[in-house]
Amino acid sequence: METEVIKPKNKIHPHKFTLWVGIGSIVMMFAGLTSAYIVKRNQAGWVSYNLPTAFWYSTVVILLSSLTVHLAEKAFKVREMSKYRKLMAATLFLGLIFIVTQILGFKEFWKMGMTLQANVSFSFLYVIVGLHAVHVIGGVIALIVMSLSAFSKKTRNYSVVPVELISTYWHFVDILWVYLLIFLIMIK
Amino acid sequence: MSTAALHETAHHEAHGDAHHEHHHQETFITKYIFSQDHKTIAKQFLVTGIIWAFIGGLFSVIFRLQLADPNATYPFLEDFLGHWAKGGKLQPEFYYALVTMHGTILVFFVLTAGLSGTFANFLIPLQIGARDMASPMLNMLSYWFFFLASVIMMASLFVQTGPASGGWTIYPPLSALGEASSGSKIGMDLWLVSMAMFIVSSLLGGLNYITTILNMRTKGMSMTRMPLTIWALFFTAVLGVLSFPVLLSGAILLLFDRNLGTSFYLSDIVVAGKIMPNEGGSAILFQHLFWFLGHPEVYIILLPAMGMSSEILSVNSRKPIFGYMAMIGSLFAITILAFLVWAHHMFVTGLNPFLGSVFVLLTLLIAVPSAIKVFNWLTTLWKGNIRFTPAMMFAIGFVSLFISGGLTGIFLGNSALDIHLHDTYFVIAHFHIVMGVASFFGMYAGVYHWYPKMFGRYLNNTLSYIHFWITIVGAYMIFWPMHYEGLAGMPRRYYDFSNWESFKNFGGLNQFISIIALLVFAAQILFVINFFYSIWKGRKVTTLNPWNANTLEWTTPIRPGHGNWPGDIPEVHRWPYDYAKDGKDFIPQDVPVGDDESKH
Repeated sequence: METEVIKPKNKIHPHKFTLWVGIGSIVMMFAGLTSAYIVKRNQAGWVSYNLPTAFWYSTVVILLSSLTVHLAEKAFKVREMSKYRKLMAATLFLGLIFIVTQILGFKEFWKMGMTLQANVSFSFLYVIVGLHAVHVIGGVIALIVMSLSAFSKKTRNYSVVPVELISTYWHFVDILWVYLLIFLIMIK
Repeated sequence: MSTAALHETAHHEAHGDAHHEHHHQETFITKYIFSQDHKTIAKQFLVTGIIWAFIGGLFSVIFRLQLADPNATYPFLEDFLGHWAKGGKLQPEFYYALVTMHGTILVFFVLTAGLSGTFANFLIPLQIGARDMASPMLNMLSYWFFFLASVIMMASLFVQTGPASGGWTIYPPLSALGEASSGSKIGMDLWLVSMAMFIVSSLLGGLNYITTILNMRTKGMSMTRMPLTIWALFFTAVLGVLSFPVLLSGAILLLFDRNLGTSFYLSDIVVAGKIMPNEGGSAILFQHLFWFLGHPEVYIILLPAMGMSSEILSVNSRKPIFGYMAMIGSLFAITILAFLVWAHHMFVTGLNPFLGSVFVLLTLLIAVPSAIKVFNWLTTLWKGNIRFTPAMMFAIGFVSLFISGGLTGIFLGNSALDIHLHDTYFVIAHFHIVMGVASFFGMYAGVYHWYPKMFGRYLNNTLSYIHFWITIVGAYMIFWPMHYEGLAGMPRRYYDFSNWESFKNFGGLNQFISIIALLVFAAQILFVINFFYSIWKGRKVTTLNPWNANTLEWTTPIRPGHGNWPGDIPEVHRWPYDYAKDGKDFIPQDVPVGDDESKH
């Protein structure tokens, strides 16, 4: 009830709002790439392919990491700091595993003869999945910074904003991955 | 403890920081170079933009020399350009580089970064009543990414094979294969890298502008009390944030094609008898990705000019803007339509004619919000108590150019007519008047109007009027004849017309255009001299509100510090257009509404 009284008139923190606009921007970039993919697919010389199995492990890993970052955010809000630290570290670890499985997927794909230059359809896979991975790496860097400050004895973490920011961003790259996966399976 | 309470604390901390920032001790470096003050960043954008405008304008003068008389030699050019002008005659490759860089520089570096970079930064916090941007840090980064992009683009002018020369639209295959021309080599790579930096800069800026406008407005500043400048800058930022990423994806694919051997845009190509290995790509794909940004880009350039002109027309007519809500509605309509018309640049690419007719319809629809705006500007002027300040002259000039250039857009928007007019001088005339010169007029109007706020001094009035008259008369004299050349079928980007029987008779006209171009360029130098001279030597501003305007920026001190208002941020009680109301000439936004006051 007291929350009603002190709720600020400004509903959303500017940094969080900036992140949402930024997410809109990233969505447009992938919308551009995936529509280019659709246009290209309907032209001559397109080769269908199956996704490497490693990408399925990627999917499991990133979904799990979305769960851990969500729990970390919840733990932070009730000030269970040791739980928060563990969950942040787990998210970071899963993020790194995701990158590794992506690299394995690319290797697997390459070994099957589907190299970057072999056909436009493969080139698209490398570029689209690669660009998503770049966005995940950005998130991993943010997670490293957050984890360092979480484990540091000197810094005290009170503001919930950075935690909410990383959580939102991480869910976003997760959803983006699921979208890309479904997209690449449906339209091949 | 509730989450909302925590939230609240964080919020206050964030705001507290912003409030106290201006008490910090500032060194030369933090004040003038790595400044986080939005006003300083705005000036950095403006000065960088002026430098680029000078270079881009100079390029046009050089290639107009070539068009004036394709057989003449100018020995001084060799001293200046070296092997690009052997024997005083411009080389064809360098001619293409000049037109390419002229377009790139003016469209992106001057009229995007120089225009919205300057005025979004300067006006948003001042007019909505904020201490600074939502994130001053990102704002500073936005400038420095632009600076980096500028340095790379500048460097590309000096590489041995020359800068990019495939046209500012960098269509593949010319831009995708290093073998295609000398301007497709390292110069093209530098162009792409520079543009990637530029896109990052625009995105960081745009994110900040949107967030600041939506989150940081002072008490009482509801959305419908915002000046039209802010509305226009808001829609500009939305356009940029949603369209630049698509250009980025197009540019990334192009970089892959150039450097990693992929074939997104390439198929069945033979260069100088050599068969290229690329298979399966489509050059048209690039055009779709490019114009999905390219068309909104036109409005990214134009909307800030529209917003500033609306404000300046109202202030100097001493009348409320006519149809405030209609102005916002038409800005919104233009923003939506901007995303739905890109294929009108591609009517002759073999586009499905049915699809073409859809794009014709959507394109011509833009005439509706544009006409609403023109009507409202004219009705704002109608029976106004007009003060012809230099800013007002340029704002009226903007309206004139927007009408003249907009009308030819209706011709070009028709796919049937476009088959004849595509890639002719008619197109050059159209977009230079409606987008290039018109936006320049909006930008000049803005500089003349807000110069006293930026530097605490006035520009010299006589020089300003000379600048205005030469520029407006000159602009019409340069671009009006080009319509005739275009209707006669004269193609753009040709180095020499003298070999065609059908274009020979335009030799005299081309000479005339070139002479006027030289004169207009000289008048711009006059402006640059006036601009820099007045920073130090101009007449000092002695009143807080020299134009008797209503908006909040005129409630700050004559030279506001970081944080803008020394005391509390003023509260807003009314819309910004209370001019000639209840017997008063003007009522600023921070004046409370009286009991006996009539509604506007």
